Amino acid sequence: MNSLIQVKGLYKNFGSLEVLKNVNTHVSKGEVVSIIGPSGSGKSTLLRCLNLLEIPDKGQIIFNGVDIAKSVEVDKHRQKMGMVFQLFNVFPHMTVKENITMAPVTLKKMTQAEADEKALMLLEKIGLLDKKDQYPNKLSGGQKQRLAIVRALAMEPEVMLFDEPTSALDPEMVGEVLSVIKTLVQEGMTSVIVTHEMGFAKEVSDRVIFMADGQIVEEGTPQEIFDTPQNPRTKEFLSKILY
Amino acid sequence: MSLIFENIIKVLDKYWLLFLTGLGYTLLLSAITVFFGAILGLFVAIMKMSKFTILKIKPFSIIASLYIEIIRGTPLLLQLYFFYFLLPMLIPALEMNKFACIAVALVFNSSGYVAEIIRAGIEAVDKGQMEAARSLGLNGRQTMKKIIIPQAIKNILPALVNEFVMVIKETSLASTFFVGDLMTQYKVVSGALYLVIEPLIIIGIIYLIVTYSLSKGASIIERGLKASE
Repeated sequence: MNSLIQVKGLYKNFGSLEVLKNVNTHVSKGEVVSIIGPSGSGKSTLLRCLNLLEIPDKGQIIFNGVDIAKSVEVDKHRQKMGMVFQLFNVFPHMTVKENITMAPVTLKKMTQAEADEKALMLLEKIGLLDKKDQYPNKLSGGQKQRLAIVRALAMEPEVMLFDEPTSALDPEMVGEVLSVIKTLVQEGMTSVIVTHEMGFAKEVSDRVIFMADGQIVEEGTPQEIFDTPQNPRTKEFLSKILY
Repeated sequence: MSLIFENIIKVLDKYWLLFLTGLGYTLLLSAITVFFGAILGLFVAIMKMSKFTILKIKPFSIIASLYIEIIRGTPLLLQLYFFYFLLPMLIPALEMNKFACIAVALVFNSSGYVAEIIRAGIEAVDKGQMEAARSLGLNGRQTMKKIIIPQAIKNILPALVNEFVMVIKETSLASTFFVGDLMTQYKVVSGALYLVIEPLIIIGIIYLIVTYSLSKGASIIERGLKASE
């Protein structure tokens, strides 16, 4: 088994609402998996279960051979899984640089000097080096999201989870964020991307998962899903979407 | 009208030291109340937010909620009487020290309001901040210290200064027990001179000057905190 993450028999309810119903899938090392589907299909919940921001009601999430759903060392596992949120969630009370260095220094993964050096290198890469001492309220949405991406990268994660990273952005800022993610993916970062950007999913993914009603309806290569979908739900969804 | 003005000058000329002493007691009582009220309030807020659970109930949270409801749901004057009579029964040494009894009552009263200020300030921090910090691998304690508390303080500090303003006005009720505050001095002066309106105007202006400066100070702090974002 070369799987970095394996999901087995995952169930999640919010009250009486069944959000995930027996989800099984896996993510291999170096693989880029996109999750698409209509709103309320459970794709964000699935992603949030992977790093246990949502605790599944039943099932296993095996990360590096350990069932983390039952592990007590959740914080340790999360350090190896970077997450990027729809609403950026940058820390408003810290400068751009502090946003990046806070976690590695607090968790004693790096000294302040090492973290500073890493932060400057990452900021250079995404073209925000000149903003390093500013507070996030001076940044545009696209810049905030790029900052959020490198904040997660500073922890040197083994996998990156993207939860609709461009959904809250003005249209003209979508491109800059997608290009950062694309660069990352091309460098071999294992990634799971929940997205409504079908063109992007088609371009960067190794595998696409289509979810509806809390289940994986269909999965396959981007060509299989987008060009020759088999399931009627997939066909219906894609026919409604312009990309 | 001009008679009142003349009387005010006369009253001030004769009793300015009394008013000054009254202001001193009012400020002292308020400062003690806010300082210890904030500390006690912090504990109550922590209890209220505690997730410790046995048999599906949260004992700490329930006790704290009950405490806050009782404090906020009964009149301050009632609480003052309650402690004024209760404390000397428990601790005979306090028999002669009504100032301490009143201070204790005010501290308990204020702690109920401060607890809610602190809780609201913490809960007003966006939930995404907690998730972002946890997703980086910080534990709950680290997240509170590095992410939630620094942002919550910006919500809490201005509200705490407003609480200070409220307390300064509420200490006037303590004059029921003649503890020497501004309102007590009004009673002394009006009793001696058979003048009511003039000393009322004087202490009213003193209250106003103090509360207005504090409110101004609060908005300056608020602006300062916003600027660093």
